[in-house]
Amino acid sequence: MLSPSSSSIAPARPDPALLRKLRTRIRRLEGHSPRDVDTPGIVPLGAADIDCALPWGGLPRAALHEVLGNTAAAGFCIALAARLAGGAGSVLWCRRGHDPYGPGLALFGLDPRRLIVARGRSEKDVLWAMEEGLRSGALAAVLGETRGLAPTARRRLQLAAETGSATALLLRPGSAKTPPGAALTRWRIAAAPGTTVGPRWRVDLEHCRGGIPAAWLVEWSNEKTSGFTVVAELRHGSADHAAGPAAPGEGQLAD
Amino acid sequence: MKGSWRTKPLATVTAGRGSLSIAAVNPAAEAAYLRPGLTLADARALVPGLATFEADPAADRSALERLAGWCDLYTPWTAVDECGAGSLWLDISGCAHLFGGEAALLDDLALRLHTFGFNTRAAVADTPGAAWAVVRFANTGATTIVPPGEVPTALAPLPVAALRLSPAVVEALGRVGLCYIADLALMARAPLAARFGAAPLKRLDQALGRMDEAVSPRCPVTALRVRLAFAEPISRADDIAAALGHLLTELCAKLEKAHQGARRLELVLCRLDGTTASAVIGTSRPVRDTDHLAHLFAEKLYTLNAGFGVEAMALTATAADPLSPVQIGLDGHGRTEGSTDASLIDHRTSHLVDRLGNRLGADDVIHLSPRTSHIPERASHAVSALTQAPNPGGEIADEPGRRPPRPLHLLPSPEPIQVVVPAPDDPPAMFRWQRRQHRVAQAEGPERIGSEWWLEEPPVPASQKDRIRDYYRVEDTAGQRFWIYRDGPYRPGIKPRWYLHGLFA
Repeated sequence: MLSPSSSSIAPARPDPALLRKLRTRIRRLEGHSPRDVDTPGIVPLGAADIDCALPWGGLPRAALHEVLGNTAAAGFCIALAARLAGGAGSVLWCRRGHDPYGPGLALFGLDPRRLIVARGRSEKDVLWAMEEGLRSGALAAVLGETRGLAPTARRRLQLAAETGSATALLLRPGSAKTPPGAALTRWRIAAAPGTTVGPRWRVDLEHCRGGIPAAWLVEWSNEKTSGFTVVAELRHGSADHAAGPAAPGEGQLAD
Repeated sequence: MKGSWRTKPLATVTAGRGSLSIAAVNPAAEAAYLRPGLTLADARALVPGLATFEADPAADRSALERLAGWCDLYTPWTAVDECGAGSLWLDISGCAHLFGGEAALLDDLALRLHTFGFNTRAAVADTPGAAWAVVRFANTGATTIVPPGEVPTALAPLPVAALRLSPAVVEALGRVGLCYIADLALMARAPLAARFGAAPLKRLDQALGRMDEAVSPRCPVTALRVRLAFAEPISRADDIAAALGHLLTELCAKLEKAHQGARRLELVLCRLDGTTASAVIGTSRPVRDTDHLAHLFAEKLYTLNAGFGVEAMALTATAADPLSPVQIGLDGHGRTEGSTDASLIDHRTSHLVDRLGNRLGADDVIHLSPRTSHIPERASHAVSALTQAPNPGGEIADEPGRRPPRPLHLLPSPEPIQVVVPAPDDPPAMFRWQRRQHRVAQAEGPERIGSEWWLEEPPVPASQKDRIRDYYRVEDTAGQRFWIYRDGPYRPGIKPRWYLHGLFA
């Protein structure tokens, strides 16, 4: 899945805008550019490093993205969904089991009143609700928690996302090991030690169609500048080769 | 009563006045001179092989209700008789011609009820009282039609009991020789009323049509109701869906005329075997969009069993709210130039909520509504998105920076943890939760949360009324963040209990 263009990012980091332009051009030449390149359908994550690593310069809106992990991943998803919703869109969260905690959502910039929670009794219900939500055209993002997922179900979600131009965020437990299939990107999120001020995550971009995997240590804050901040880049993508967090342990021990 | 029960003597018995007596009999038992009211011992003496069952008035009543529901096939105005067991009223004013006249309707009804296994008598008369009297007391066969204006002649030879009077009144009238309605009609009214009360005259007037009698229908007849009867029974799902489309179009037109939008709709299928099947849908706001309602019903239709066939369908808006008329756009959709994208999105969202709610259940599609409370469990509660829109002006309970952050997942109930606390009033250095050990790297706190003593009815039990909790946000060496608390302040000599209450992202 490595496109020739992506090899140019590794050593030095030139002007991101230029890089994006070049990438788009190459993808056009290759003839398989996604339909929404250069359209408003791209939502930048706000952290330049991550946006640069994504071939689209941000997250494409009408697509399926997969996020693996536990509570940290749920937080990451909510943060993404809040960004996708902007200030006006609604978000649907389809899940089984007990509800998320409303006051906890505010930390990620999502107003609980703009969240609709659908509780399914089975995986089938959850997938059905996700698909309905995606096709409705009323939502900015649909977040679904599932365990296993057949390739056809994934494909259906991708098609539904394209129909309703909404973003499908598939949240799965960290232990899940299946090929990404129709998902455009796959992220693995784990909590990282360091700070008690805001969430700090180890963000692994495990799979990205047309891009190369990468990993970062990312902090989220909703204080003044709401958004992601890359604390450090973790070299050599995968977790096995990671050199560990760059500057941890300076968090204040308050009481 | 089906099969062999038609030919064997059979009776239902009921206990009363210290003995068992007969409540109802079948034709075979009636032929053997058994009558309701006879004691069981006497009945056994007459018919030794009498089969008996315990009478079940509640089941009789519900069977009658079901039958009344099925009779919606003929007229929307059906009622179960309140004063005598086993009668149904059908107001067929304006309906009879649809079945080829009163006689044809009556024959059709009697035949169908017979095939269901009921022994019935039916009569058509000008007044409900006259029909009741003729059905019960006239010896004129299974179906009787009293022509208009001939009620007095039809009633004259019938006993006074036919006027739906209580047994005591009937007996009192009999004692003075007033046995037949004709006798009663000739009497002077004032002495009659003085001696026997108002009941005999009132019933007589009602039967003769001098006084109006209101029969309250079983289900309220609303204007927001449409029905469709078929020449031939239908059973294919496609046919039912197509018929539903017709009904919806008709109902939506009615709703529009009434400036109403449906909040709840009930679809009833009258099946060939006298039973009904129904489906109910609800919407989050008043709707009269045919396509949307058809979409909502589509989820339910496959759960409906058409049985041997459906001969009529009725659609009722059981709940409706005002909805002002909208200018239909030139493209045929309800969107006008003035409507903004935001309102379109709003519209789509409510449709989505309806669809989700009708499949998953109204209580399973929710908004997390903030509440002004310090107690974490009370700070947020789920409200059904179908019945209640989130309050747009409400204060967000947790503005960032104003209060320490809250976890993304709050456990349904706090889980006890084992802790190692280095100093009495410190956060723990280590804790065990779900059989795993977590070494605390950092901690922030405490945030002291007390009970809401100012509430008159505390949501917490009285024993916990004065409880305070000291919450700490702790991070273990792996970077996972937890929300834990100590139950009550530190007191020397008492080992405090610790709980884990939430997980931070």
